[in-house]
Amino acid sequence: MISIAIRRFARKAKHDSIKGASGLSTAVSTGSRDEFAKAAPPMPVTLLTDDERMIQDSVRKWANHDLKPLVREMEKNELISPSIIQELYTQGYMSLEIPEKYGGVGMNFTSACITIQEISRIDPSIALMVDVHNTLVVNAIRFWASEFLQDKYLPKLATDSVSAFCLSETNAGSDAFSMSTTAKLSSDGSHYVINGTKSWITSAREAALLLVFCNADPSKGYKGITAFLVDTNSPGVQIGKPESKLGLKASSTCQIFFDDVKVDADHVLGEVGQGYKYCIEILNEGRIGIAAQQIGIAKGCLDVVMPYLNEREQFGQKLLNMPALQQQYAQAATELHAAEVMMLNSCRLKENGLPFVKEAAMTKLFASQVAEKISSQSIEWLGGIGYTTDMIVEKFYRDCKVGSIYEGSSNIQRQTIAKIMNSELEQ
Amino acid sequence: MKILVGVKRVVDYAVKVRVGANGVELKNVKMSLNPFCEIAVEAAVRLKENKAASVSEVVALSIGPKQCQETLRTAMAMGCDRAIHIHTDLRGDYMELQSDSVAKLFQKVIEEKEKDVDLVLVGKQAIDSDCGQVGPMLAGYLNWPQATFAAKIDLDGDGLMVERETDQGTETIKIAKLPAVVSCDLRLNEPRYATLPNIMKAKKKKIDQFQADEFDVDLTAKNKVLEVFEPPARKEGITVDNVNQLIDKLKNEAGLLQ
Repeated sequence: MISIAIRRFARKAKHDSIKGASGLSTAVSTGSRDEFAKAAPPMPVTLLTDDERMIQDSVRKWANHDLKPLVREMEKNELISPSIIQELYTQGYMSLEIPEKYGGVGMNFTSACITIQEISRIDPSIALMVDVHNTLVVNAIRFWASEFLQDKYLPKLATDSVSAFCLSETNAGSDAFSMSTTAKLSSDGSHYVINGTKSWITSAREAALLLVFCNADPSKGYKGITAFLVDTNSPGVQIGKPESKLGLKASSTCQIFFDDVKVDADHVLGEVGQGYKYCIEILNEGRIGIAAQQIGIAKGCLDVVMPYLNEREQFGQKLLNMPALQQQYAQAATELHAAEVMMLNSCRLKENGLPFVKEAAMTKLFASQVAEKISSQSIEWLGGIGYTTDMIVEKFYRDCKVGSIYEGSSNIQRQTIAKIMNSELEQ
Repeated sequence: MKILVGVKRVVDYAVKVRVGANGVELKNVKMSLNPFCEIAVEAAVRLKENKAASVSEVVALSIGPKQCQETLRTAMAMGCDRAIHIHTDLRGDYMELQSDSVAKLFQKVIEEKEKDVDLVLVGKQAIDSDCGQVGPMLAGYLNWPQATFAAKIDLDGDGLMVERETDQGTETIKIAKLPAVVSCDLRLNEPRYATLPNIMKAKKKKIDQFQADEFDVDLTAKNKVLEVFEPPARKEGITVDNVNQLIDKLKNEAGLLQ
């Protein structure tokens, strides 16, 4: 079942490469890169396709015009406004990679990352809902769910159903495999009964569909972990109250209690006991989306800071022209550019079916560091006013902190990178 | 009703243009759909959505380089059914291709290619040339009624009722019968975003391609641009200490008081 899924995945990646990696409009034939390279040198990853540029422009416009006015209010209420969620669907941001036959936009992974980045520039909390939905749940369903489950859920996920990724528990964070939520198969094999508590679940309050990882056979250790698709309104599912967080306040982060929740056996995602593989693989790519979010945050900070430096004068000159500040913002922009290039390159590696796990881990690690640094410096560059809520930068500073924690902490990323470097050495 | 909408690809309104030896520098500058053309597209799409108007199709027309196809795709993503691209590499910002030729190309399209157009919607002006001439010229060449600077367009029997913005106030014009040409002003509507699903759908819509010189139209400029220069930098203002000083300056320096 896995090999079929991987083959399907590789076929899809090849198809994406024809659409996405060439950088030209649909006129390009399916010739090889080398064939094309005879005409011109290989293209930079920062050069997007026409479609991707249109999407970038469209998201940027929407975010600046429709989302921006509501950001502080949503933070204050610790709630993503239902009208914004509705808009996310109308604009197509929640169905970026869902095929058109299910009502989705049918675009590529890079478009999802571009969308997440542009939304993050205005509100990373909204971007997070979009990121988890698209890169974790929707994609897991597209890769491993049966046709029955795809037909059942993808149309809903494309039109109005928000989804949540339920892996972590109070005692199972980085050590996700030590989870204690169980799924017991009924004696007649018709359904499973789920018991346990998931913690730190993004969009828990809004989600209609939950992708839940449970252990269906604890005697097998992590090889018993199985993924289930559970409707939030199933009897026995209870959403806890939202955590009070430092940042990303509008995004709901809750515990979810499963008390004898019955799930039909045909709602297992993929194969029983393969859940551990699915969650690792989906997080390997989902973290590129988080990197996009962090890069968007850093850009959002500079969007505010650079015009300010160009206006503010002290000691008879613009801050923009002061050598001390030039040293700082040039360095910051350099690191941000590096992070963005890494992010786009990771997207293209994935779309071309090439190994990308190490690069994706490096990207997420680095992007979260860059965002933290730039948001912190941005407050300093703005001076006293940067420390007040009159400026949005203090929100970005608080919002980005979790970037080095969720979807794989920075220590875990470095461990992943080290492991791959070790295996490269052994060859 | 069949509607033809003119869309122009211009320098994006937010860009700070630079002036070089050959006029405004266009290389590597961000281009987009002219804001007033966008308003015209929105007006056309809204008429199509209004069942009472019985719009059969909305066709977008653009004249310019290959990249106009992107502009046309945006128009189709907003709701135009198909598009026509007349290809020319002549500069459309008044330096080479000017309003008279553009109006004549529109006329050729209407008389030879799309013979049953009932309404032409255009933006009141393009933000690069700021001429505002194509709409009125086209109406003149076609001998059709026209209403310019439309702030409101309503169906009225076989024609339209158009509210027109002028410096003195609002004028209401009745167009008794179609076909007609209407140019659209800022307050007519707020254009919709092209949603991503519509952007993807637009890829499947048809763009008919023509070359500008295959029509029997003189494309040479009727007016010669002698010089393009930036306006002089605004001088810094001064603060005065009291009202008497203010009056003195207004009287004796600015010459604004007797």
